[in-house]
Amino acid sequence: MSLAEKILRGDIRAASRLMRDIDDRMPSAMEELKKIYSKTGNAYIIGITGPPGSGKSTLVDKTVEILRKERKTVGIVAVDPTSPFTGGAILGDRIRMQRHSIDDGVFIRSLATRGSLGGISRSTSDIIKVMDAMGKDIIIVETVGVGQDEVDIVNTAHTSVVVLVPGSGDDIQAIKAGILEIGDIFVINKCERQGADRLEMELKATLEMGPKREDGWMPLIFKTEALLGKGIFELVYGIYRHREKLLACDYLEKKIFERTKWEFLCILDSELRDTIVERLEKDKRLDKIIDDLKRRKANPYSIVEKILEGELKGSS
Amino acid sequence: MTPERKIRIMVAKPGLNGHDRGAKIIARGFRNAGFEVIYTGLHQTPEQIVAAAIQEDVDGIGLSSLAGAHDYLFPRVVELLKEKGADDIMVFGGGIIPEEDIPKLREAGIRGIFGPGTPIEEAVNWVRQNIKPKK
Repeated sequence: MSLAEKILRGDIRAASRLMRDIDDRMPSAMEELKKIYSKTGNAYIIGITGPPGSGKSTLVDKTVEILRKERKTVGIVAVDPTSPFTGGAILGDRIRMQRHSIDDGVFIRSLATRGSLGGISRSTSDIIKVMDAMGKDIIIVETVGVGQDEVDIVNTAHTSVVVLVPGSGDDIQAIKAGILEIGDIFVINKCERQGADRLEMELKATLEMGPKREDGWMPLIFKTEALLGKGIFELVYGIYRHREKLLACDYLEKKIFERTKWEFLCILDSELRDTIVERLEKDKRLDKIIDDLKRRKANPYSIVEKILEGELKGSS
Repeated sequence: MTPERKIRIMVAKPGLNGHDRGAKIIARGFRNAGFEVIYTGLHQTPEQIVAAAIQEDVDGIGLSSLAGAHDYLFPRVVELLKEKGADDIMVFGGGIIPEEDIPKLREAGIRGIFGPGTPIEEAVNWVRQNIKPKK
């Protein structure tokens, strides 16, 4: 039996093995993904992003507690950074959620970024698909701790939650582009700290002055103290409200279209590149090209053009 | 695709004691060796450890114990892995483990045992030699 068949029958080990194969970029993974693709697209995907130490993992843990009380099954993808020097990683998001690991309705997977810069790993959207095929109702993606510009989560999630903490910069930080533009919902966590009210005011002002969103949604702001579970119930219902809004205005369809397109282009991108690089490497052509470029005997633009002409000849 | 198998190791602290310095040092040593280390934190039951190891599809589990319950907790992890059909995941352990307990632990399926003062490189090399990432 293939991994895909086992997964559709509820085999947990098969699911985690396929996730591994996806992350390790084994060619077999693509074959399995082909088989499960038609069974995906049912889960609701929530992205949680924010700076390091803002409490994302704890928020996920408490959110899952509420979702489980409602008998919803949950998949969690938690991303932590890979060391650029050794390629190693410490994946510690699980620490805050471990109590859910023996709950059959919850599946948690930790991922390392492995060089991706957008806040999630390259494998994230395919790993979501496996959880989707496992039948999880809701999938929560926790990004790495982000700064200002790691916004890939928007293309992955239906609802994006941005977590902030008081005392992390002046009001100019709040009007910059980047992660503050992507939130459907904002959470001011550790709201017992000084500056929470001011942050809320500044955020509100920024959001109210911002351009009207295409979907007509006005982002909600919630104050939480995740460690004590304060404000989590409101947050979960805020997420539901966003979902209802998306459904009511048909914007969900549009969002899914955009997401599917982004995903397709990502796959096209990486497969094209890998295929061509592999061919160039096979007969050592790559080294020769780089050598020519280094000595300025050729320029990269013409070479890429020539390669594309050669590769695409005869194909549609 | 350019496949690359990474070694994934879980570092876990079963039982009740709260001293995780050793576990954190070993986790960092593994990270520096290029492994992906899943750290699950303190006070883990064997059931939680095994469930997490399966969800994370790790190649090995490193258990740390300083409180003397290793003779129950370590073998229990191996037992549960077997029950779940996941006994290809290798179990090793470290901490304060008396010399005379080692043969019993080995017999119970704990493949590597590292006492106090073990240099990090020794543990890293042991993993590299004994744990091959999945085919």
